Amino acid sequence: MFQAHPPISVGGHRRAFGIWDVVTLGLLLVTLALLAEGGRVAVAALPAEPQIDLDPANLPYYALRTTFRMVAALACSLVFTLTYATAAAKSRRAGMVLIPLLDLLQSVPILGFISVTVTFFLSLSPGHAFGAECAAIFAIFTSQAWNMAFSFYQSLRTVPAELTEVSYSLRLGPWMRFWRLEVPFAMPALVWNMMMSVSGGWFFVVASETISVGSTQLALPGVGSYIGLAVREQDLGAILWAVGTMLVVVLIYDQMLFRPLVAWADRFRFVQESELAPPGSWVLATFRRSPVVAALAAPLARLGDWTFRVSPHDRGPMPDRDRPARAGDRLWVAGVLVLLAGLGWRFVRPVAAEIGLEEILEPLGLGLVTLVRVMVLIALASLVWVPVGVWIGLSPRAARIAQPIAQFLAAFPANLLFPLAVLAILHWRLNPDVWLSPLMVLGTQWYILFNVIAGASTIPTELRDIGTSLRVRGWLWWRKIALPAVFPFYMTGALTASGGSWNAAIVSEIATWGDVTLRAHGLGAYIADATAAGDFTRILLGIAVMSGFVLILNRAVWRPLYLFAERRFRLS
Amino acid sequence: MENTTLLDVRSVHKGFARPDGSEYVVLDGVDLTLREGEIVGLLGRSGSGKSTLLRLIAGLSRPGGGQVTCLGRPVDGPPEGVAMVFQSFALFPWLTVLANVEIGLEAQGIARDERRRRALDAIDLIGLDGFESAYPRELSGGMRQRVGFARALVVHPEILLMDEPFSALDVLTAETLRTDFLDLWGEGQLPIKGVILVTHNIEEAVLMCDRILIFGSNPGHILREIAVALPQPRDRLDPDFRALVEAIYVEMTARRPTDTLSSRAERFPGTGIGSALPEVSTNLMAGLLELVDAKPYDGKADLPDIAAALRLEVDDLFPVAETLQMLRFAEFSGGDIRLSPEGRRFAGLDTDDRKALFARHLMTYVPLAGHIRRVLDERPNHSARWDRFAEELEDHMSPGRADETLKAVVGWGRYAEAFAYDDNTKLLSLEDPD
Repeated sequence: MFQAHPPISVGGHRRAFGIWDVVTLGLLLVTLALLAEGGRVAVAALPAEPQIDLDPANLPYYALRTTFRMVAALACSLVFTLTYATAAAKSRRAGMVLIPLLDLLQSVPILGFISVTVTFFLSLSPGHAFGAECAAIFAIFTSQAWNMAFSFYQSLRTVPAELTEVSYSLRLGPWMRFWRLEVPFAMPALVWNMMMSVSGGWFFVVASETISVGSTQLALPGVGSYIGLAVREQDLGAILWAVGTMLVVVLIYDQMLFRPLVAWADRFRFVQESELAPPGSWVLATFRRSPVVAALAAPLARLGDWTFRVSPHDRGPMPDRDRPARAGDRLWVAGVLVLLAGLGWRFVRPVAAEIGLEEILEPLGLGLVTLVRVMVLIALASLVWVPVGVWIGLSPRAARIAQPIAQFLAAFPANLLFPLAVLAILHWRLNPDVWLSPLMVLGTQWYILFNVIAGASTIPTELRDIGTSLRVRGWLWWRKIALPAVFPFYMTGALTASGGSWNAAIVSEIATWGDVTLRAHGLGAYIADATAAGDFTRILLGIAVMSGFVLILNRAVWRPLYLFAERRFRLS
Repeated sequence: MENTTLLDVRSVHKGFARPDGSEYVVLDGVDLTLREGEIVGLLGRSGSGKSTLLRLIAGLSRPGGGQVTCLGRPVDGPPEGVAMVFQSFALFPWLTVLANVEIGLEAQGIARDERRRRALDAIDLIGLDGFESAYPRELSGGMRQRVGFARALVVHPEILLMDEPFSALDVLTAETLRTDFLDLWGEGQLPIKGVILVTHNIEEAVLMCDRILIFGSNPGHILREIAVALPQPRDRLDPDFRALVEAIYVEMTARRPTDTLSSRAERFPGTGIGSALPEVSTNLMAGLLELVDAKPYDGKADLPDIAAALRLEVDDLFPVAETLQMLRFAEFSGGDIRLSPEGRRFAGLDTDDRKALFARHLMTYVPLAGHIRRVLDERPNHSARWDRFAEELEDHMSPGRADETLKAVVGWGRYAEAFAYDDNTKLLSLEDPD
C-alpha cells in the first residue's frame, strides 16, 4: 500500500564529456569486481572470530562488502517482486492467499526475520561465510521486498483498460505483454518503492552484520560490524570514520543509483504532472549519450526481441476482469483456511501450550509502551517537519536544495549515530526511557519531511493566489490551504516513518557503549533481549505481538486515514 | 452492389453478470454485415452498446450468444487482418512513435529490418515523418491519433475498426484528420477493404459512412439502417447533407418516447423509481432553458441549431433535453424542443424562485426524488445511507448505472434544496450542513 511515488527534484543536466565514457566503463568494471568478490567470499571459510580491524584504511573494503549485500538483496527482491506479485495479480485464487500473506509479512519486524532464520541459514554451509551472508542478505531482502511487491501488484491491477485492449488487439503474447506493457507501466512506482526500500535497507544492512542469536554469532566484515567493534572498544574516532564512510557510500548510491533510476523511470509515467519539472540526473544523461552504453544495450535489446519471437502467442479473447466470485473460489478459500488451521494446530499449539498468560501479558504491555513512544515521536516529528516542509516546498529554490538532502538523510543508516547518542545520555545522566526514544525516529523522520516538501511544491499557483487575494493568512491559511494540500503526501510519509520506527525499536531501545548497556522499557528491548539470549519462544512471542500491533495500527489507523486523505484532499 | 462479405454478425447477445448473479443485458439481437469497400457507421448514444459490439468484433470479448464471422472465420480472440483505432489513442507512452508503430509487427515476429521499413512507410503515409523518435507526450492530440492510425495500418489489416477516433480531438483537428483519412481511403492508398466506425456524432457519420446503423439503448439494439448515397467528398453545407443530418436527428429523437420515463415506470409498477437517470447538471438545464426561451427561438428550437449554438454533440444534448422533458419543462419530439409554460417561466425567474419551481417539478415528476424525500421524511432522524438507495436501484439496473442515477438525483435534490448529502458520512438527510 505504500505505492505513492511523490515527485522529487534533482539537479540539472550537464554536458557529456568523452571522459564519462571512461567513467561508465569504470562503473561496469567495479560492478563486475563486486560480483566476483561476492562469489569469492561466499566460498571462503568463515573465521571463527570476527576479524574486524579498526584501522580506517580497511573501511573502503568493508563498505564494499556492505554494499554487495545490499545489491544482492535488491536483486532477490526484484526477482521476488516480478514473480510473487505477478502470480497474485494474474491468478485470482493465488491473489486471495498471497496478498493477505504479503500484508502480514509487511508487518513483521525485519530484525525479527533474522533472529528466527539465522540458525537455518548458518546450517546451509557450516564453516563457510556463505550461510552467514545469506542470513544477512535475507534480512535486507525482507526490508525491501514487501512494499516493492505491493507496488507492482497494484500497478498490474491498474493497467489502463485501453492499453490492455491494444495489446490483445495487436496480439502480443503474455511474455511480450508483460515486458512491453505491464512492467513499463509499473516502472515509476516500482522504482520509487525500490529506492525507498534501499534507503531503508542501509539501516538493516548495518544492523544485520552484528546480530548474535544466543551463541550463534553473525560475523561479517562490513561497516556495521566495524561500528560494533568500535562500540565495544569505545573508540570514538573509529565510529566517526565509519560514519564518514557511510556518508560517502550513501552519497554514491544517491547519485549513481537513486537519481538516475528515478529520472529514467519518469519516461514510463502514464500521466504526466505537467507543472513539475521532470527529474533529471547527470549520470543518466551521461549514460544516455554514451556510445559504450548504447553498444552494450543493443545485444540486450536483440535478446529481448528474440524472446518475444519464440515465446508463445495467445490468440484467445481478453479475460473478463472482476468476474463475480464463484463456488469454486469459496471452496479454494475454505481449503486454504483448513490447511492453515491444521498447520497452526500442528506447529503453534505445542509452543503456545508452554506459554502462560503472564508471559503473553508482558510483551503486550511493553508493546503498548513502544506504541506510545512511536505515536508521540511521530507526532513530535510532524509538528516540526510539516511546517518546515511546507515552508521549503513553497519556494522552488529551497525545495530544489532541501529535497535531495532530506532524501539523503532518510537513506543514511541512523543506527550508526546511536553510539553518539548513548555517549550523550551517559554524559548528562539522562533517563534512557525518554532519551533513547528519539533514536527511533532519527532515521525515519525524513520521510515526513521530504514527502511534505513534495506535497507543498505541488500546490497549484492559482490556489495560493486565491488565498492571497482573499487575504487568507495565519492559522486560517494553514488550516484551509496548506495542511489539506499536503495531507495526502504527509500520510505517505507518516506511514513510512511509523513502519520504520517500529523496526528501529528493536535496535534503539537497547544501546551499548563498551560494557555499559542503556535500556528503555519496550517491546523492542524485549525482542532484542530474547534474541541475545537465544530464547526462541520469547523471540516468536515478541515478534508476533509486534506484528499484531503493526497490523492493527495499519488497519485501524493508517489505512483509513490514508484512503481518506487520497479521497478528500488529493489535488488532481 | 453484391461485394464480398468481410464481416458478418448474426443475432449477437452480450450481457454482464450483476453481483446477485442475474444478467444485465447490453446488446441483444444485433445483426450486421460489412462488405468490401464500405464504411459502416454505428451511431448512438453512450450506453447503447455500440462500443461493446466493436469489442466483440475485435475479439476482445466473447458474445453471450450469436456469432461473429470475420473474413470467413468465426471470431474467437483477436482475428488476423483486423486492426483497431481507439478513442483515447491508447499509445504506449514509454515507446517512441516508431516503436509504437512497430509493436504490432514485432508481435507477429517480423524481422527487424522489414519491421523498420514497413513502419516508416506507414509513418510516411499518415503524415508523421520527422516525428519517428518523438514520444507520444511530445505530440498534440491530432498527431497522437495519427500514430494510432499508423499503428493500425502497418499490420496491413483488411478491416479497420474505429472507436470514436476523432471525439477526443478539437473540432479543427478532427476535421483535418477525417478529411485526410477519407482522401487516403478514396485514393485506394490504404490496405484496408472495409471500415467500421463507432461514433455519436451524426455529422461525422453522414460525412464518412456509406451506411449508418442507428443504435437504441436498454438493451442496445439496432433501431434503423440508413444508406448514405451522397458522393464523396461530401459537403456539410449541401442541402441534401443537411436534410439527412436532420432526418437522423428526428429519427433519434422520435424513438425517445418508447423508453421515456412514463413507459419505463410502467414496467416497474408500484415504485416507479426503476428508470436510469442521466447525470445532467442543473447549470446545463438552466442554460438550455434560457437559450430556447430567448430570441430568436422564443420557446421553440430545432435541435441541430441548438447543438451548434451550444457546441454540444448529440451525446451531451439528448440527456439535457430528455431531463427537461421528464421535468415537464419542455417537450421534445421530431428533432424539436419546445418549452412548456413552466419552462418559460423558469427562464424568467431569479435564483430562489427557480429553485422552488425546480423543487416542485422534481418532487412531482421524478419518482426517485419523491421516494428519497418520503423515506427521509418518515425516518425519525431524517437521514438514510446512500447504499440504501443504491441497492434498491440495483434491482433495476447495473451497479454503475445505479450509482450514476443516484448521483444525478442527489445533484438535482441539492440544487432544489430538497435534501442534503454528506459524502464523508455517505448520508442523505433533510438538514442542510452548517
